[in-house]
Amino acid sequence: MKVFDWIVQLMGIALALAAAPVFLGWVNQCRAWLQNKSAPSILQPYRGIRKLFHKDAVIAENASRLFRLAPYVVFGAMVAAAAVIPSIATRLPITQAADAIALVGLLATARVFLSLAAMDIGTAFGTLGARREMMIGFLAEPALLVVIFVVSLTCATTALPIIAERLSAQSFALNPSLAFTAVAFTMVLLAENARIPVDNPATHLELTMIHEALLLEYSARHLALMEWAAALKLFNYACIGFAVFIPWGIATGHAPMSLAVSVILLGVKLMVAGAGLALIETVSAKLRVFRAPEFLATAFLFAVLGLLVRLLLGA
Amino acid sequence: MNALSWDLQLLNTLAALLLLLSFAMLAQRRIVALVNLLALQGTLLFIATLLLAWRTGDHNLYISAGLTLGLKVIFLPWLLHRLIRRLGVYWDTEPLLNITGTMLVGVLVVIFSFGLAQPISALASTATRNSIGIAVAVILIAFLTMITRRKAMSQVVGFLSMENGLFFGAMSATYGMPMVVELGVALDVLVAMLVLGVFFFQIRDQFDSLDLKNFEALKEDQ
Repeated sequence: MKVFDWIVQLMGIALALAAAPVFLGWVNQCRAWLQNKSAPSILQPYRGIRKLFHKDAVIAENASRLFRLAPYVVFGAMVAAAAVIPSIATRLPITQAADAIALVGLLATARVFLSLAAMDIGTAFGTLGARREMMIGFLAEPALLVVIFVVSLTCATTALPIIAERLSAQSFALNPSLAFTAVAFTMVLLAENARIPVDNPATHLELTMIHEALLLEYSARHLALMEWAAALKLFNYACIGFAVFIPWGIATGHAPMSLAVSVILLGVKLMVAGAGLALIETVSAKLRVFRAPEFLATAFLFAVLGLLVRLLLGA
Repeated sequence: MNALSWDLQLLNTLAALLLLLSFAMLAQRRIVALVNLLALQGTLLFIATLLLAWRTGDHNLYISAGLTLGLKVIFLPWLLHRLIRRLGVYWDTEPLLNITGTMLVGVLVVIFSFGLAQPISALASTATRNSIGIAVAVILIAFLTMITRRKAMSQVVGFLSMENGLFFGAMSATYGMPMVVELGVALDVLVAMLVLGVFFFQIRDQFDSLDLKNFEALKEDQ
């Protein structure tokens, strides 16, 4: 049984690795449709990554070892996060080994290395991107933590798999605190994944960019890993959202049938979430960078209101 | 885990939404949107009153609900919109404190009022007693809205939102005030609104603006 657990766990990780670029492609495709453009193939992110792996890496002369190391650390952190999040099943060895706060720590590790690597070369754009990334991060992280605290209060645990199990077992009830935190979480997701109200994922070489500015000095396999890690990050955030707010269908046992159902449901949820994300990105305009703190303060406010309402009304 | 009946769940949700709307009003820069939010707050209050009336079978609450609908959802927002059009004040200036700071103060206010309401909630016997804290928070946030605005118009909206909070508080604590008091308050608000409407024009004639900081110039020592 133990061996089987690990097999399922590895399958989950492989699924996350494989599905993340497709999810990104799906979001891009939906967005193109909504904007009346002809959409790129859903596999386009894969092609980009493949192309990059075939190129020769060019590294700046004054790059330190950190610069070469960072893509592997960032990618590794994202894979570890994908293993911790209960995306298809809850009773898996790694999933049960870490709780939601450790997960936030993993995401923070990735951010720190990404920012350090961007500052390593010493170009203006990299430093600018790193500073903005840290600004967004230090505002988004408290909001994310408060979101987790609200759910933890509801379920009396910080372990994501147990949260997912308890919430899916609960009968349906109007729950304003969870609704508020869901809004807060969506806003954090948009900010952390460099989506449109905060950053434009489709832009290059503009003064407003954040995520792209961090990756400007990377090429070839390093860039491929970074892009893949970014896709994984989006996938991970989506899966955290599913585990907490729509946990129905995540397998609690290891029967092959329930696992299959769980994978199919995950696909459906991802499709809906991707379309929703594309819709949000289409209807909203990019904020000025100086308005981003206001956006994230609103997310924090939603999360705190969820917490307070939870404490007062018990609902 | 959640054993509440559906109507109580709905009431709790409405209370939470009222609190959310208060924050939206606190963060809103545009006066037209502010009035719309006030109307929305009135609508939520109307639904909550109706639900409570249905739940308790109290006929007075039906009258309250009707009063809320007529006064707070339809008449006052209409009057305010008309005033905005005639005065031509569509934009509010930036609040005195920046939005983020105001909202953080708002969160502190909510924590304070939840603490304040705890002993009252413990004494009340109504099913909605938990919402008293939210009502107090709505009142205090409306007060904060008034404090952080400089224009007469948005201060009046804050005042009306405060009245909404009071109404909701009375509803949660004791299923509504006695009818006489309620009618009196409604009449007061109505008259206050009409008088303030006249005042707006007076203020504008006097100062060419609705900015209340001009009032400071009336001090004798200047």
